[in-house]
Amino acid sequence: MRKVTHRTLSKNVLGLSLSILLLFTASLSAQGGDPAKGKSLFNANCAACHQLDKKMTGPALRNVEQRLADDEGLDKQWLYDWIHNSAGVIKSGDAYANKVYNEYGGAAMTAFPQLSEEDIDNILAYTAEEKKEAPAAATAVATQSTSDSSGISNELILGALAILFLLLALGLYLVNKTLRRFAEAQNIELAEATKRTPLWKAFIQNQFLMLVMAIFLLLSSAYFVYGYLMQVGVDQGYQPVQPIHFSHKIHAGDNGIDCKYCHSSARVSKTSGIPSVNVCMNCHKSIYEYNGETSAEYSKEFYDGEIKKVYKAAGWDDAEQKYTGETQPIKWVRIHNLPDFVYFNHSQHVSVAGVECQTCHGPVEEMEVLYQHAPLTMGWCIDCHRTTNVKVEDNAYYEKIHEELSKKYGVEKLTAAQMGGLECGKCHY
Amino acid sequence: MSSNKKYWKSVEELNENSSIVETLKQNEFVAEIPTDEFLGDKDTLESTSTSRRDFLKYVGFSTAAASLAACEGPVKKSIPYVVQPQEIIPGVANYYATTIADGFDFASVLVKTREGRPIKIENNGLAATNGSANARVNASVLGLYDSLRVQGPKKGGESISWNTFDAETTQKLNELKGANKRIVLLTQTFASPSTSKLIAQFTEKYGNVQHVAYDAVSESAALDAFQAKYGTRGLANYDFSKAMTIVSVGADFLGDWQGGGFDAGYSKNRIPQHGKMSRHIQFESNMSLSGANADKRVPLTPTQQKIALAKLHSHIVGGTVSGNLPEHVEKAVQSAAAQLKNAGSAGVVITGIQDVNAQTVVLEINERLASEAFDTKNVIKTRQGSDKEVSQLVADLKAGQVAAVIMAGVNPLYTLPNASEFAEGLKKAELSIAFSMKEDETSSEAQYIAAAPHYLESWGDVEFKSGHFALTQPTIRPLFDTRQFQEALLKWTGNDISYNDYIKQVWNASILNGGSFNQALHDGQFVTNVAEEETASEGAETPASNAAASLAASAKSNGLELAFYTKTGMGDGQQANNPWLQEFPDPISRASWDNYLTVSKADADALGLANTHVATGALNGSYAKVTVGSTTLTVPVLIQPGQAKGSVGLSFGYGRTRGLKEEMQTGVNAYALYQGFNNVQTVTVEAAAGEHEFACVQLHNTLMGRGDILKETTLEIFNTKDKKHWNAVPVVSLNHEETPVTSPDVDLWDEFDRSIGHHFNLSIDLNACTGCGACVIACHAENNVPVVGKTEVRRSRDMHWLRIDRYYSSDETFEGDDAKKEGFSGLFGDNGSLGGFGEMEHPSDNPQVAFQPVMCQHCNHAPCETVCPVAATSHGRQGQNHMAYNRCVGTRYCANNCPYKVRRFNWFLYNGNDEFDYHMNDDLGRMVLNPDVVVRSRGVMEKCSMCIQMTQKTILDAKRDGRVIKDGEFQTACSAACSSGAMVFGDINDKESKVAKLKEDNRMYHLLEHVGTKPNVQYQTKVRNTTEA
Repeated sequence: MRKVTHRTLSKNVLGLSLSILLLFTASLSAQGGDPAKGKSLFNANCAACHQLDKKMTGPALRNVEQRLADDEGLDKQWLYDWIHNSAGVIKSGDAYANKVYNEYGGAAMTAFPQLSEEDIDNILAYTAEEKKEAPAAATAVATQSTSDSSGISNELILGALAILFLLLALGLYLVNKTLRRFAEAQNIELAEATKRTPLWKAFIQNQFLMLVMAIFLLLSSAYFVYGYLMQVGVDQGYQPVQPIHFSHKIHAGDNGIDCKYCHSSARVSKTSGIPSVNVCMNCHKSIYEYNGETSAEYSKEFYDGEIKKVYKAAGWDDAEQKYTGETQPIKWVRIHNLPDFVYFNHSQHVSVAGVECQTCHGPVEEMEVLYQHAPLTMGWCIDCHRTTNVKVEDNAYYEKIHEELSKKYGVEKLTAAQMGGLECGKCHY
Repeated sequence: MSSNKKYWKSVEELNENSSIVETLKQNEFVAEIPTDEFLGDKDTLESTSTSRRDFLKYVGFSTAAASLAACEGPVKKSIPYVVQPQEIIPGVANYYATTIADGFDFASVLVKTREGRPIKIENNGLAATNGSANARVNASVLGLYDSLRVQGPKKGGESISWNTFDAETTQKLNELKGANKRIVLLTQTFASPSTSKLIAQFTEKYGNVQHVAYDAVSESAALDAFQAKYGTRGLANYDFSKAMTIVSVGADFLGDWQGGGFDAGYSKNRIPQHGKMSRHIQFESNMSLSGANADKRVPLTPTQQKIALAKLHSHIVGGTVSGNLPEHVEKAVQSAAAQLKNAGSAGVVITGIQDVNAQTVVLEINERLASEAFDTKNVIKTRQGSDKEVSQLVADLKAGQVAAVIMAGVNPLYTLPNASEFAEGLKKAELSIAFSMKEDETSSEAQYIAAAPHYLESWGDVEFKSGHFALTQPTIRPLFDTRQFQEALLKWTGNDISYNDYIKQVWNASILNGGSFNQALHDGQFVTNVAEEETASEGAETPASNAAASLAASAKSNGLELAFYTKTGMGDGQQANNPWLQEFPDPISRASWDNYLTVSKADADALGLANTHVATGALNGSYAKVTVGSTTLTVPVLIQPGQAKGSVGLSFGYGRTRGLKEEMQTGVNAYALYQGFNNVQTVTVEAAAGEHEFACVQLHNTLMGRGDILKETTLEIFNTKDKKHWNAVPVVSLNHEETPVTSPDVDLWDEFDRSIGHHFNLSIDLNACTGCGACVIACHAENNVPVVGKTEVRRSRDMHWLRIDRYYSSDETFEGDDAKKEGFSGLFGDNGSLGGFGEMEHPSDNPQVAFQPVMCQHCNHAPCETVCPVAATSHGRQGQNHMAYNRCVGTRYCANNCPYKVRRFNWFLYNGNDEFDYHMNDDLGRMVLNPDVVVRSRGVMEKCSMCIQMTQKTILDAKRDGRVIKDGEFQTACSAACSSGAMVFGDINDKESKVAKLKEDNRMYHLLEHVGTKPNVQYQTKVRNTTEA
């Protein structure tokens, strides 16, 4: 194991030195551009439309300066002009500019007059960096092996203990047997146990004990039957397999996307809404691969495959960067199923009361696979209504009713229940 | 004054010895659980192979199986859009303004859509005219999800593509054009500027084209009369909010007379303000909605009506007319004339007699009165049919002179009296195309069925009245492969633009005057002053020079007269496959799922016709053979109080046979007798064998001797006497002192403090309510109320959360009878007591009518809540009586204990059950369900929730916006649907609200106040304007 880490380390060192070397060579041509600064500038300004190795809204930019110089004979000044004001270059009748303009659907690149020539140099230095190999696979193997070893040891200890007990029992039995044989051999009269009524018979004959026992059995079975019946139809922990492995952990957790970005109707409607595929494509048009943490179960290839499924649903041709028009709506499996006879309104809880989504849906940002966190039973709803104060601040609707009701109940803050949130008809109609 | 009048719901109650009334008083659930049927028969019980132990085994096994099956939850899929449309947020409703124009109903409405599905029709508050939806328009949304719709074009029963259709029909039309053969477009009244233009273009292209507009229920006489007098083809417009004296001779203007939609204006002056209200006198033969609302109703046969109208004319305009009327009618006509003259420009006369002279007479009277309610400028355009042209067309077809017939929005094989002739002629045509949503009587006989979209899937425009335009816009993508008539016209004329763009062009060019199309589309309506192009029909009849005299001269009767009418629920029969409308009880007869011959008690006795009640309270009636000319129909008979002696009534709209489910094939087709498009026919009626079973809810839930449920008084008493005379609060004795029941001292219960937050009240004004029933259907649509079917309704198991009770009471006071009695002299002769007593009106001959919408009263001290063993029904702080369906175990104690009989029990599973083949058993029909309201299951009690889903929505929206709720924001489905202003809903803790003020009104009372239930629904005492002159 140590060996593996060591190897990774050496590989990293190798990669690092290689890149430094490359950087040095690259900086020769980029005339002192700083690729580190360039990277942050690239991510801030260019990454929305460009990638280094992949055609997106705009062309791939790896080694753009070199390529332009080699293929088109365009110098760096052309690049400065283009980045500062691409429309101007196109207008001037520049051949290559017009070619690119037409190739990318007649959309001119946004002008960046705020970027100084030095900034552009930095960016170009970044684009001139050599492509790196991701060391992800090795780390994955490493983590896997650690978790495995600890699992085995527990079982081993238990197994050993079990064998020990068995041996002990066997030993005792053998000792007993041998002693008896000795006694027989030496004609020692063994005191026969007096014939007593066996314990179970005595137990049965004791009516009081029987009664207590019966009551106990009845009560306990009633308890279990009740418990069983009460969980019928309660799907807490329901975690179905979805057609696309959508990880809330990556989206809401790692990337910190607001829940209501995708579930936007939660703000205005009774339903939170499952986002339509075009909402996914807002980001996934440019995010075509997964570069975050992975595990053996969920590798980078796996995640990239799932993104492909989104493209298929949306009818997006990633290579051509355009929609084919052949769409396939995604058949998600619904997790939170309220019965038909309950009216629940998301917007009232989210927009009016300001309840966090996590209050009911649990730590969604940590869920790799989403499951139902809350039992969604009426008791659960009511418990919350009993204890939660109504958010009345800056809401003209509540002004009068809150003032009068809080006076009536003699409280500072009203709970949802005091506001009438326990009435049957508020949810059942 | 209010409580010593005797009210009754059915003639049966007037019979003192009726056992059935007694039974009904005693039993809440009229049908006993039939335990005797299977337990009483000892032999079968003994011979059965299932022993008690076996039975228990079965029970045990099925319970275990059921609980095992319940453990496994089903996997539910959730499929979001790929690209979500911007305007759709799941869970949030969108509203679109659109217009229904099906040839019979024309209204500007708001359509509520959820997740892209239209689920409810509401009134369009922005509309200047026709902004109120009647019961049929409210129900029309269900027609969109009709499982029997034609799903694509068809040729000879086989499905074809639209391309084939286009190729074949265009080729054929061009052939006909080449041979200069005659092409006829037979359509409903579209009243659409763009369609008129398209038809003109079509005519231009194909040469020998004739457009015939056809109204199934003809208003041709009124159109002809108007055309003769004013030059343009249309109907005079009436604004009853400007009329204080209204005299109607046979016009059911609160029903469908001349297109309907007059009730909102009428109701405005029915509420007494500053001691004044309008006076309404009705001369009619059938008991209509208008007659039921009238202050004075004079039953007259159609012939007598003609004479009465002529005489009214002579009194007001002058001239002499012949003809005799009974003395009391003569007096009534004189009195009406005097009142009209008194009222001057605040008076108005209308008539429903389909006779050019009669219609002319009315126009003349209104001109003489200079009636403000009478408007000849903004002419009603929604009826354009011409009887003569249609008759001519049938003759030409039969003679083989018509090469092509293209029909849209009409069903002549059902609605024509001479349908067989039309069918014969249709076969002779070289090309016949029917644009239809159904394979109905006509389209199934045509060569091509062009599948037409529902109006909620179509574009369109309508000119309701001159200058009052409205737009129709699709609220859902077409469910099926359909195409509307106008799109086809565009195709045939070689125009490539869509109809939507075409409308825009027409509107921008000639209607909008620079106004915004999008604004007009948003509002649904656009009002402008456009130069009126005169439209006239050549086939119009002209009135006689002295219309009144000829009218009177033409009034000759020989025998019984049959007067046709349209029912509030069914109209002309287009929506016969709509279960909501089939189950809608007629406001007057309270019968559902049927049409019938309405006969007066006297005539019924003379003809040997009878109505009987069976043990469960259901109504049976004898059959009668009704003959007009050579056509005979066998029709069930319903004895109708108030029906004029010598007349019978029969409604259109029933007896459809094609394109509707078996359950909806109810009643008989009255159009078969509609000869010459005359709504009055001389008939012979004779009793026939057999007994018909009605599904009539009139005897369900009797008054139980509590007459004070309805309070009414006269305007005179209302103006002159103190409240305690006409709207006294009941008192009880406390320590030998009279204490009003509203006092907390005599209450069994402690009062709960409801002064904080909202406290909802619904106020129902019995004066403004016309009984139109729009609220009943609106409630149906909003609350997913199931349809139970005829046999179940017959068992008193109707599920309507909101019913409109109709009470009859004897004519005014008995003073008239007393005077007559004084005047008797001797036994025989004109003034003889022997004949005189017999003549003395039987109370059912001309009763007064009152409508009373009743839903759950949401009692603050509710008797139902205290008896529920599982606390499934409980009270909210906001005044609503809640019902937790999932908690209910179906003991029905609550229904037994409810003094208002408003609770409804789910005897069966109505949803997804093929035994109830209406709309909830197929996926298409279920699309109309409101997703915010539970679909109840079997064994559960349900009732009006005061639309808690709507009040909650209003509150939740206000909370989210952080604002205070204004008066008028709170609505229930019924109050929102009520265009007459009878129902007002709101928060009485908001002291400035309308409903809080109504609660303090002198007319306010609660139903059965002496019971002490403290309801949250209040009623406003009915005031009748009985003041003559």
